[in-house]
Amino acid sequence: MQPFPTSPMVAQLTRNERQGAILIGLVVAICGILLGVAGRDDPIGIHGALIFAAGILTIFLIGKDYYAPEPSDERFASYYDDPTKAGIVLAMIWVVFGLAVGDWVAWQLVNPNLTFGGGWSSFGRIRPVHTTAVIFGFGGNGLIATSLYVLQRTSRARLPDQLSPWFVLLGYNLFCVLAVTGYPMGITQSKEYAETEWYADIWLVVVWVVYFLIYLRTLARRKEPHIYVANWYFMAFILVVAMLHIVNNLAVPVSIGHAKSYTLFSGVQDAMIQWWYGHNAVAFFLTAGFLGMMYYFLPVRAGRPIFSYRMSIISFWGITFLYMWAGSHHLHFTALPHWVQTLGMTFSLMLLVPSWASAGNALLTLNGAWAKVRDDATLRFMMVAAVFYGLTTFEGSFMAIRAVNALSHYTDWTVGHVHAGALGWVAMITFGSIYAVVPWVWKRKSMYSAGLVEAHFWLSIAGALVYVFAMWNSGIIQGLMWRTYSEDGTLTYSFVDSLIAMHPYYVARAIGGLLFLIGGCIGAYNIWMTIKLPNPISEATADQPEPKAIGASPQPAE
Amino acid sequence: MSIFGFHYRMERKAIGLVIAIIVVASIGGLVEIAPLFTIHQTVESAPGMRLYTPLELAGRNIYIREGCYACHSQMIRTLRDEVDRYGPYSLAVESKYDHPMLWGSKRTGPDLARIGEKYSDQWHVAHLVNPRDVVPPSVMPAYDWLLSTELRADDLGLHLKAQRAVGVPYTDEMIANASLDAFGQSNPDSAQAKGVIERYGKATTVRAFDGRPSQLTEMDAMVAYLQILGRLTDAAHKPIADAGAKQ
Repeated sequence: MQPFPTSPMVAQLTRNERQGAILIGLVVAICGILLGVAGRDDPIGIHGALIFAAGILTIFLIGKDYYAPEPSDERFASYYDDPTKAGIVLAMIWVVFGLAVGDWVAWQLVNPNLTFGGGWSSFGRIRPVHTTAVIFGFGGNGLIATSLYVLQRTSRARLPDQLSPWFVLLGYNLFCVLAVTGYPMGITQSKEYAETEWYADIWLVVVWVVYFLIYLRTLARRKEPHIYVANWYFMAFILVVAMLHIVNNLAVPVSIGHAKSYTLFSGVQDAMIQWWYGHNAVAFFLTAGFLGMMYYFLPVRAGRPIFSYRMSIISFWGITFLYMWAGSHHLHFTALPHWVQTLGMTFSLMLLVPSWASAGNALLTLNGAWAKVRDDATLRFMMVAAVFYGLTTFEGSFMAIRAVNALSHYTDWTVGHVHAGALGWVAMITFGSIYAVVPWVWKRKSMYSAGLVEAHFWLSIAGALVYVFAMWNSGIIQGLMWRTYSEDGTLTYSFVDSLIAMHPYYVARAIGGLLFLIGGCIGAYNIWMTIKLPNPISEATADQPEPKAIGASPQPAE
Repeated sequence: MSIFGFHYRMERKAIGLVIAIIVVASIGGLVEIAPLFTIHQTVESAPGMRLYTPLELAGRNIYIREGCYACHSQMIRTLRDEVDRYGPYSLAVESKYDHPMLWGSKRTGPDLARIGEKYSDQWHVAHLVNPRDVVPPSVMPAYDWLLSTELRADDLGLHLKAQRAVGVPYTDEMIANASLDAFGQSNPDSAQAKGVIERYGKATTVRAFDGRPSQLTEMDAMVAYLQILGRLTDAAHKPIADAGAKQ
């Protein structure tokens, strides 16, 4: 009799894969020791210890069950969904954590004393914890989980092996943990949405390459001749994020024992590269990846084929080409050369075409299924996400116009715009997709409670709208106050005047965020209870939980 | 039609898609970014521009560590109200040595590009210790512990070396004396103070920034950095024609 039951994760690995995992654990642990020893006088030493612990834990978990029986060949008859399951659970943990931290920092702008004293809990250090937890923790885990699910269905091929998806998922989460534990210790390179320092950045590159290889290896074994639209988006997401991440994070560390590094580029070039990265992190992480999600789960849930195959092509290549020019609209009226600003504005306007083609394609797919949208909160999440996507991309193009940007830049309007996209589009499409996929992968008839999905839906809508309206108000008021002149030609308002005027909107924003957070907690509870449901539906139907006609069809109707 | 026909064939090849995505996604960045390194007018010339001293660089790193850039920009735009409020608009050359740049994207607090020497050291110390003591409606966090935290100065030479590796022209002498210069700049009566002026120029501010010459704290570094903002060069205060002409 064993002291511990065999871990189900290790039981699925072949002997070779267990050896591989132990080797990876060993390499990770050695890297951890190196960083820990070299950086014993620096915060990087703590991260070294954490990396070491991750490596040792891997070796221990695998070693404990190393001699457990290998998985049988029967596994090849079904898709490999366990990493997807783990990814969904992790995504829900991250979203609750990330939203809670976000709401906390929102209240700090209402009352700056809501810290625990000392540096770690102040606004500047906690804000990137929020952005990283929701974008990379929640969004990233959601993307990895759903992309592995979609890839297998649309290719009708199992993942190439059992080890690499776990490496990607857990390695990615190690990156996220390094990020959110680093900022409170003051480890940051200050690049927005790329705050992590050099060692975490290098680790992410390794993880990302393996992620890409999973994609290529699975596609190489696909039984469908065509690669489905969702996979174009997932591939663009993986490829372009790699490109952006590597270029933007080029830096020289002070030493191997220092977390601190200095970026390769400076001043105006650095600003342009940062916003080329920043805006395209929005494009290829927060848009392309989630469009991949939408192109699969929305038609499947609605039971309708994608409205137009050609619109998918136009919007995919439009987004891939045009977005990469748009970053410079973050730098209007700055020291960036005027011609680059003009290009950024022009391409941002053109971007509206593929963006609305995507949103329209999604909404037109629902034609004939509107009764389902009315009755099914899961599908309604996806529908509202498409609407928010359309609205936010319109707002984005609008704000990229130089004259509008003169008012909106540096204000809360930008914050509102980002949250319209993040709460309305990214979070809603993810929640919708997760609610669709949870019963399928856990082989349950439905979610634990449809009523709780409804409650989550309405809390999300209410929270997002309160948030966005509050920020529109505060942003536009701020922008107007800063540029108001008295008749004698002097500025009417001091900066502090504008700050005082923000107070009620900062309260409203924090309340909107709280509603969204409560919704997220309800979602996490509902998903947990669904997993705990006792009666799995029979194995016969379990492998094909989604409507077969659509799930198996790689091509939309045309 | 043929375009869609071509696509219909291409989407059967994973490698075809991969290459097409990389090519299509690279164009925008290449056109917009590569010329910024080659076109001379992108960054104005400013012959007298000085470097950050080790103490100011340490302060800059604290500014980064605390995430100050999340609420304060360092980029005055070419708009009348911004010039009236904050001073001459920012030039590219002013952040030439900024690895990374700290232009920022949000003004929850005011722009800081020209904050240097607008307020006294005492004001900055009081403001950082508790912002609400000097600006009652402020929502800025308090940074009182900067005053009691000793600055880590033993590795400043390594920092300067890494800066040199990315293109900031620190000399061997500056690198060798980095730690001493940090002490010297915050202690005007010390023997090292003179060396700071020699290496970084007469305009360098040598003061007990936190009010206590005997101690080198993070507050010293932070205030020294805030007081140099916008003052590495006076290029922005000269007429435009002047700044552009000296290519």
